[in-house]
Amino acid sequence: MSAAPLLRVTGLSKAFGGVQAIQDLTMHIQRGAVHSIIGPNGAGKTSLINMLSGVYRPNAGSIRLDGRELSGQPVHRFAAAGIGRTFQNLQIFFNMTALENVMTGRHLRERCSLLSALLHTRALVRAEAACRETARALLRQVGLAGSEDVPADALPYGALKRLEIARAMGAQPQLLLLDEPAAGLNATEAREIDGLIKRLAGDGTTVVLVEHNMRLVMEVSDHVFVLDHGRKLAEGTPAEVGGDPRVIEAYLGIEEAAHA
Amino acid sequence: MAPAAATASEARAGVRHWAAHPRSGGTLVLAAVIALAPLVLANNYSYEVAIQVALNAIVCVGLNLLIGYAGQISLGHAGFFALGGYGSAILASRYGVPVWLSIPLACAAVALLALVIGRPTLRLKGHTLAMATLGLGIIVSIVLTTEDKITGGPDGMAVPPLALFGWIVQGERVWYWLAGGMLLLAVWLALNLIESPSGRALRALHGSEVAAETLGIPSARYKLQVFVLSAVFTAVAGALTAHYAGFITPAKSSFMHSVELVIMVVFGGMASVFGAVVGAAVLTILPQFLTVLKDYEMMVFGAVLVGTMSFFPQGIVPSVGRWWARRQP
Repeated sequence: MSAAPLLRVTGLSKAFGGVQAIQDLTMHIQRGAVHSIIGPNGAGKTSLINMLSGVYRPNAGSIRLDGRELSGQPVHRFAAAGIGRTFQNLQIFFNMTALENVMTGRHLRERCSLLSALLHTRALVRAEAACRETARALLRQVGLAGSEDVPADALPYGALKRLEIARAMGAQPQLLLLDEPAAGLNATEAREIDGLIKRLAGDGTTVVLVEHNMRLVMEVSDHVFVLDHGRKLAEGTPAEVGGDPRVIEAYLGIEEAAHA
Repeated sequence: MAPAAATASEARAGVRHWAAHPRSGGTLVLAAVIALAPLVLANNYSYEVAIQVALNAIVCVGLNLLIGYAGQISLGHAGFFALGGYGSAILASRYGVPVWLSIPLACAAVALLALVIGRPTLRLKGHTLAMATLGLGIIVSIVLTTEDKITGGPDGMAVPPLALFGWIVQGERVWYWLAGGMLLLAVWLALNLIESPSGRALRALHGSEVAAETLGIPSARYKLQVFVLSAVFTAVAGALTAHYAGFITPAKSSFMHSVELVIMVVFGGMASVFGAVVGAAVLTILPQFLTVLKDYEMMVFGAVLVGTMSFFPQGIVPSVGRWWARRQP
């Protein structure tokens, strides 16, 4: 990992009223690796993901993807720069089918003027057919083959979690932010997510994962960041972080650590 | 199964799929209705109503893109309707512009106005567009009423007939085919838009704006695009209405007219192009029948609205469509 990091976050801070959600955070995300962000509830993990995807505007600090400053730009610019994400609380397009959800994910890869859309030009018809095929392939990848024409509001929760990943992958992001992809899933479904993340990383997508499921984190991560009260408490390989007394203390409390 | 039989059954399935698809099947049904309606249109009066239905439906198809797909409400589309009509009328009668040119010019001016109104307001969240268009409608209404040297004031103004290459479009039957053809065109354009990446982007905004943005969809730009487009649809219908009637008054720009248009869209079914057509048809035709009730007309009309929205909260067409889908094996 000697190459320049894909994402450089420096001095990032965000406060909501008097609550400091993220304080002076600096982190580097290396190309092609799986990174996890863990920490107790309220540590600022989701706030961080929201800033990395442009949904929240930081109060201070910089977010550079491939050397390009993104901080302060609108959300769609983060996406255009190559950052995709999923949501802890699903943000599926329930007014569409599964396939249409993923086709919408291809938006950045499609070119479509208002005029060619209104006139339904031949070029557009061809592009749409290609888009549909790509979207089908993505659904297959996440194990949703056969659900193409099912309205999203008729799919079970576990399927929707994977549908969101397929939709985000439609944009072919350089960096994919997954906010608790295994939350609410049973053990089998969580293991499927596990395999899916490994495959994505294998295909060259850089993944940042926020997750409570420690088995999943330890299994798939190359690098782990531990947040506590909006600050970076520790970082390193899963083994390093797992053995860090500060991490154990943050998770289990001082008394437990004293007993140990 | 023999290959030939397989091909035949595939072809049948293909035809079924094609016919069940709104863009092909629905348009075909609408074309058939327009083509066959003259069989039941007994006199000039019923033709007049049918023309009104078609022109209102054009407005609703455009407005439906904005309300049903982009999730934005406009309370000033009557302003665009009246500006399309007055704009074309003024250009034609005061400046001698031929009508085939005055209509697109008036619509282009309305598009520009919509752009100016929409650009700052659609960046903001919430119902800012509803407020801005409400204000716009009122201003348009006041200007049309008070600038009597140009607009004829509250009495309105005469509008020259529509002439295409020296041929004057007149008579209820000719206008019927023109209005019907324009409605088909409007429906075709709207369905094309919805089934394109732009259309998906619009539906995505309605589904989850934050998710749409994280997929690289600039929400403000798409909302603006569809707002301008709906204003143009409305202005075209407004101009045609004025040239058909030969007369226009500021009442066309009234707030009540704007509300009527929104009701038609919601009644027929939001996010459904054919819903907009059905809403316009029912709510244009119904009052014609209710006139026999005299004093009770508005009461019954209101009861029909309330009843429909209680039993079909999604609007008529989506509710019927859902019921139909459930019946299918």
